[in-house]
Amino acid sequence: MRASVIVFPGSNCDRDAAVALHAATGSAPAMVWHGDSEIPASDLIVLPGGFSYGDYLRSGAMAAHSPVMREVVARAKAGTPVLGICNGFQVLTEAGLLPGVLMRNATLKFICRDVLLRVERNDTAFTRHYAKGEVVRFPIAHKDGSYFADEATLDRLEGEGRVAFRYCNAEGAITAPANPNGSRRNIAGIYNERRTVLGLMPHPERLADPTLSGTDGAKMFLSLVETLH
Amino acid sequence: MNVAARAAKADERITAETAAEHGLSAEEYKLLLGALGREPSLTELGIFSVMWSEHCSYKSSKVWLRKLPTEGPQVLQGPGENAGVVDLGDGQAAVFKMESHNHPSYIEPYQGAATGVGGIMRDVFTMGARPIANMNALRFGAPDHPKTRHLVASVVSGIGDYGNCMGVPTVGGETNFDPRYNDNILVNAMCVGLVDSGRIFTSAAKGVGHPVVYVGSKTGRDGIHGATMASAEFDDASEEKRPTVQVGDPFTEKLLLEACLELMAEDAIVAIQDMGAAGLTSSSVEMADKGGVGIDLELDRVPTREEGMTAYEMMLSESQERMLMILKPGSEKTAERVFRKWELDFSIIGYTTDTGRLVVRHRGAVEADIPLAALAHAAPVYERPWTKTEPQPVVAPETVPAPDRQLAALGYLMSSPALVSRRWIWEQYDHMVMADTVQRPGGDAAVVRVHGTDKGLAISCDVTPRYCAVDPFEGAKQAVAECWRNLTAVGADPLAITDCMNFGNPERPEIMGEFAAAVEGMAEACAALSFPVVSGNVSLYNETNGVAIPPTPAIGGIGLIPDIAMMATIALKRPGDVLMLLGDEAGHLGQSLYLQAMLNRTFGAPPPVDLDAERRTGDSVRSLIRAGAVSAVHDVSDGGLLVAIAEMALAGGHGVVLDALVGPRPAHATWFGEDQARYVIAADPDKADAIHKAAAAAKVPLRLLGRVGGDAIVLDGEPPLPLATLKAAHEGWLPYFMAHG
Repeated sequence: MRASVIVFPGSNCDRDAAVALHAATGSAPAMVWHGDSEIPASDLIVLPGGFSYGDYLRSGAMAAHSPVMREVVARAKAGTPVLGICNGFQVLTEAGLLPGVLMRNATLKFICRDVLLRVERNDTAFTRHYAKGEVVRFPIAHKDGSYFADEATLDRLEGEGRVAFRYCNAEGAITAPANPNGSRRNIAGIYNERRTVLGLMPHPERLADPTLSGTDGAKMFLSLVETLH
Repeated sequence: MNVAARAAKADERITAETAAEHGLSAEEYKLLLGALGREPSLTELGIFSVMWSEHCSYKSSKVWLRKLPTEGPQVLQGPGENAGVVDLGDGQAAVFKMESHNHPSYIEPYQGAATGVGGIMRDVFTMGARPIANMNALRFGAPDHPKTRHLVASVVSGIGDYGNCMGVPTVGGETNFDPRYNDNILVNAMCVGLVDSGRIFTSAAKGVGHPVVYVGSKTGRDGIHGATMASAEFDDASEEKRPTVQVGDPFTEKLLLEACLELMAEDAIVAIQDMGAAGLTSSSVEMADKGGVGIDLELDRVPTREEGMTAYEMMLSESQERMLMILKPGSEKTAERVFRKWELDFSIIGYTTDTGRLVVRHRGAVEADIPLAALAHAAPVYERPWTKTEPQPVVAPETVPAPDRQLAALGYLMSSPALVSRRWIWEQYDHMVMADTVQRPGGDAAVVRVHGTDKGLAISCDVTPRYCAVDPFEGAKQAVAECWRNLTAVGADPLAITDCMNFGNPERPEIMGEFAAAVEGMAEACAALSFPVVSGNVSLYNETNGVAIPPTPAIGGIGLIPDIAMMATIALKRPGDVLMLLGDEAGHLGQSLYLQAMLNRTFGAPPPVDLDAERRTGDSVRSLIRAGAVSAVHDVSDGGLLVAIAEMALAGGHGVVLDALVGPRPAHATWFGEDQARYVIAADPDKADAIHKAAAAAKVPLRLLGRVGGDAIVLDGEPPLPLATLKAAHEGWLPYFMAHG
């Protein structure tokens, strides 16, 4: 699998994503600077976490208009899988590849801790190594992670099976206390219509190494490797 | 007149009165006239005043700081550079330092704390290191003081926003609440970076005719005279000093970090220094002085944010996210390309010279022309008078009232502000970014993996101000020893420390006495534990209306774990494991949290620190960890033995059944005494024999405490304390306090 990681000014999980991809694929991904309009031939494009352009204006808003994003949008529309983590998810919504928006956490504070997620389906390129309904542990680290969309959009996302992950308790139940940031319907991550684009606030790349007290995140990268070779 | 507003009157005559408004005494002004040989211009006076400020010149502390041990085979760079450097082996080194941002953080807590974090990270990446972990040591006033909640919320938010945006994990720290910090909070920020040993950059501007390059943010009028503010005590009008607080922009700093590291990979830089306290003045003076050269600056080339800035303002601005570099001739294009890529300002603002003078030109006029030696070396050095802190009597355990029930006292202690969980704080810090945090906040020390290796760097910040307040010598020893112990408890070899010396007004003999005793206590502990000081910072004048903070020599230490597979944590792991205490017991209750929480006052002498016992016990514990003999380790500190056991139980989610105590000592002295040089360990029962033998061979006392199991803390003859109850109280206090007061 050939992967490319897009680096914006202010990205800061680009290395973490590259390390996790390297571990899963056996080769280092291409690191693509935001000012470049060319992306090498890629089976997967990753938009990493961080604070692109300082998150000034609105999280992800300026990055969505950087030169490289035109190419990312074109590749996504042509079917290349795109994974947006945290700030990358925010960029994907700002760029119109995914619906909705990430608002300030309900606590109004930055939150960094492990959360439990329910895997809503395991028939996508991103999730085939998980079981459907499996409860996994990923870290979150964000201030603007409260997923919001209007009711009609939320209904459509659910109806089309486009909710990827939801915040849940240890039993997999979708409860208010399990929701760390006030996201509508406990949504932690969503797909596009074809389920080739995934945006999620939690960080799979941060628990993809046994030394870091968990490997639930690694399964996402292994799923991608298996699907995309 | 406000000092910062002086700039408008650039043509006025300088008098001793003007000098006094700049914080220079009459004697210091006389010294200045002698050093310069004439009356200074306003710009020159401003330059002298910041360079000779306590903050920049260490004029009250210098004679004492020389007593600190600063050497060892592991030390690659001791005090005097932007940060200290210690060898990690395999061609890598750790760069680290802790620094205070106390005065600005009290006046404007969000920006003050944020820029404190920004400043310390610049000190580290200036030396060529990539920052890999931040820590902080915070002291706030009493929880019921009307300002405390606001200060806590803003400081934590400021630290978090800056470090989070930079993508450097904030992996821990310590927080105290004490009424003696009501009007002078302390914000001490520490940063640790990783560098290839052969690629360490320093600040000596060697060589004449080299371009002096300004990079980073533009210069504005913020922070003018910040260093002078930090060298004076507060009064009721201190709020008016808000304009002297700098404003941080972590996004620009992230770009500056990446740009600097990118350029450092090329062979372009002679010397580099961040513009921190006293901005352009101190960076240019220090670089030129260390390199033995002169420096000419053309201020018209300094990128500015505002129109019409004067030379005085530009030289004294403490605008953030700026660096000064001396380039190798011919490297200008390479450097400019890198900084343009990162969309940062880049300007050649001068050249090194052979004059030994700092010459500042602006709009065609010479605004300053000062011999560098006068700025850097003619600063006054004071041997201020000092008096010894009155010693307190040792408290006999029998004289301290016992609680009705030990476990009730434990519950009370664990839900007191001194001991409650700091989760509310550290969950606002991204402590996992960089994906190398192998031990998260909440343990004895945080551990980050040395990227790409199996080695770990352990980091801990420590001091117990209530000990230092009554015995600064013993208290400072304890701070160093506790830091060493915390690093040992995770299985690290302690390497070296950075210190942040927070004290009151040194012109008062009793404060100077506290400082002197603290330095001597640290020196003794550092020498005994082979734990040298490689960097640090002194923050004096932490007092308001004549009331000083307790002496607070904060110690930030780092240690190396050769193989993180053999790292220890405090969490109990398996029911059935035996719990043991290593180290000697004396039931010392003086200055204990037991007194504070149960009697609402502390008194008596703090626990003495036996450095031989520290070393013997610590070395023994580390050997047991490396041998894989233990399943959990926790040092015994604040709150004593039963608190340490409860913390291990909460961390692991396993209860403990404790054996009945034997012997004449009152039970509460055994459970809550704060004797030093002790560790609680848990181990498989099969390994108990070997542990007994190892402890006996090392001449370390060992006592069996009980067994791991169940879901409560069980003590003979008392109702069990369920972990769920303890956890709710321990975790619940801080979030509730921050939400409701």
